[in-house]
Amino acid sequence: MKIVVCVKRVGVLVDDPEFVDDDRAVDTDYLDYEPNEWDLYALEAALRLRDDAGDGEVVVVTVGDDEAEEVLVRCLAMGADRAVRIWTDDLAGADALVVAAVLADVARREQPDLVLCGAQSADAAQAATGTGLAALLAFPCVAIVTSIELAPQERTAVVHRELEGGLVEVCEVDLPAVLTIQTGIDEPRYVTLRAVQQAEDAEIELVEPDELAEPGFRVRRLLVPRSERAEMMDGPSSVAAKIVELVRGAAA
Amino acid sequence: MPGVLIVAEHLQGELRDVTAELVSAGRQLSEQGGGRVVLAVLARDPDALAEAGRLDGVDEVVRVPVAEQEFNAEIVTAALAALIEAREPAVVLAGFTVNGMGFGAALALRAGLGFATDVVGCALERGQVVALRRFYGGKVEAELEFPQRNRVLLLLRPTIWPAAAPGGAAEVTTFDGAAPPPSVRTRHREFVAPPAGDVDITLADVVLAIGRGVGERDNIPRFASLADTLGATLAASRPLIDAGWMPAERQVGQSGKTVKPEVYLAFGVSGAVQHLAGMKASKTIVAVNSDPDAAIFDVADYGAVADVFAVAEELEKLL
Repeated sequence: MKIVVCVKRVGVLVDDPEFVDDDRAVDTDYLDYEPNEWDLYALEAALRLRDDAGDGEVVVVTVGDDEAEEVLVRCLAMGADRAVRIWTDDLAGADALVVAAVLADVARREQPDLVLCGAQSADAAQAATGTGLAALLAFPCVAIVTSIELAPQERTAVVHRELEGGLVEVCEVDLPAVLTIQTGIDEPRYVTLRAVQQAEDAEIELVEPDELAEPGFRVRRLLVPRSERAEMMDGPSSVAAKIVELVRGAAA
Repeated sequence: MPGVLIVAEHLQGELRDVTAELVSAGRQLSEQGGGRVVLAVLARDPDALAEAGRLDGVDEVVRVPVAEQEFNAEIVTAALAALIEAREPAVVLAGFTVNGMGFGAALALRAGLGFATDVVGCALERGQVVALRRFYGGKVEAELEFPQRNRVLLLLRPTIWPAAAPGGAAEVTTFDGAAPPPSVRTRHREFVAPPAGDVDITLADVVLAIGRGVGERDNIPRFASLADTLGATLAASRPLIDAGWMPAERQVGQSGKTVKPEVYLAFGVSGAVQHLAGMKASKTIVAVNSDPDAAIFDVADYGAVADVFAVAEELEKLL
């Protein structure tokens, strides 16, 4: 059982941002970074499938600059067998279709039985990379998966697809396939500092694509949306008093 | 012939709400010079759904008979690619829903479409599609353009556009050119409804929703008893359900329940888009969060940047 897991180092906005590049990109000084939550769930699912099968390999792949290696190190510390980083400077700000295309080149070479992606990334939330990747690989795809049961002999998997309102569709999919993973499938394991330190010595393969696909869109302009903010209360006691007033009003 | 092609979303014999919202968005584009609004209904037996799809603002409902009644990503992608080739719409609209996520990117790649998801606004400017979407949990808005693309597929966020009314006069046609995909490798087995549980949070007048801000599982009983004292029903955002701290029946959001109580109290809930979709129609919303930038404050009527435990303590004193 060979499983490729696609992971992303996502940006978290820490303050009202400034924009650069003619207001087409966020100044990275305003971003903190962390592994994408959905991707950690995808990795956890992959590790469990590998371990239940008794053999196999989990390969983590990311598209990101050298700092994105910290996410790969985390994945290796969790138990991934191998890590690949894809990068060329033109990939900065790439959308899901561009990212899917470079991932597809690596996935094709790996010939996996299964590709797992997070259902979406926390920063761009396009929820499109996995579905696009499947199309480029000509694999079937099931999006927003909350359970995977493999039948390796039949080369199929039975998966749960989580629809709106908590309705679940149970469906069967032929392998190889791409699944996009929803949070909650299996709680990502805790990694010790020691495991991270050990993983830091692992070799990370770098793939540098020389041509990129057409993006789905181009950013014309970024802005900070104006929102009608809440009327802000001054501290715990005043908000508590407001809550009591509202709750009594609702009961009346 | 340019025009707006809308992909009707349906489940178990009924059009889903997002379909009527897509029609409103399509009508707006049509009025900006987008051409006719055509609603495509893909199903094994599309007749009844097509009739329901004759919403106000739809010029034509096109029935697209395919091999499966329910959504199948491979079948839908192949059929829509054929329909787009035949009809050559300038804009294709579908929902940013679990189904939309299942085929959107594949269709865009297959048919060579410009593509954006989770779109919250769209317009035609001098005949060119411009779309709005947000990044970084809603804190940055982006205007998107689609240079060198004749056609654009937009997946629109549900609950943004008003629903088109029923009772239109659309003509109903049939498209027979939807070739099946070379192989169908995903097979529907069954739908499993969420367990009913012992409480229906959608019936509550007052909801106390807790999120990650409650910190640990051991703190939940305190908020459960606070909810009791307030006469509120305890609910939660997804992370607490994922962690197994609260049962799924208590989940508010896109993948949980949609609630519209008189008063919605959000304690330590950051306000992910999916959560907001499930509670923003509440009559009065009060949010307590230690992060002043939390997106929940954008939908709340009253807010406080405060520690949820400090507010709980004040409430316990007052009640």
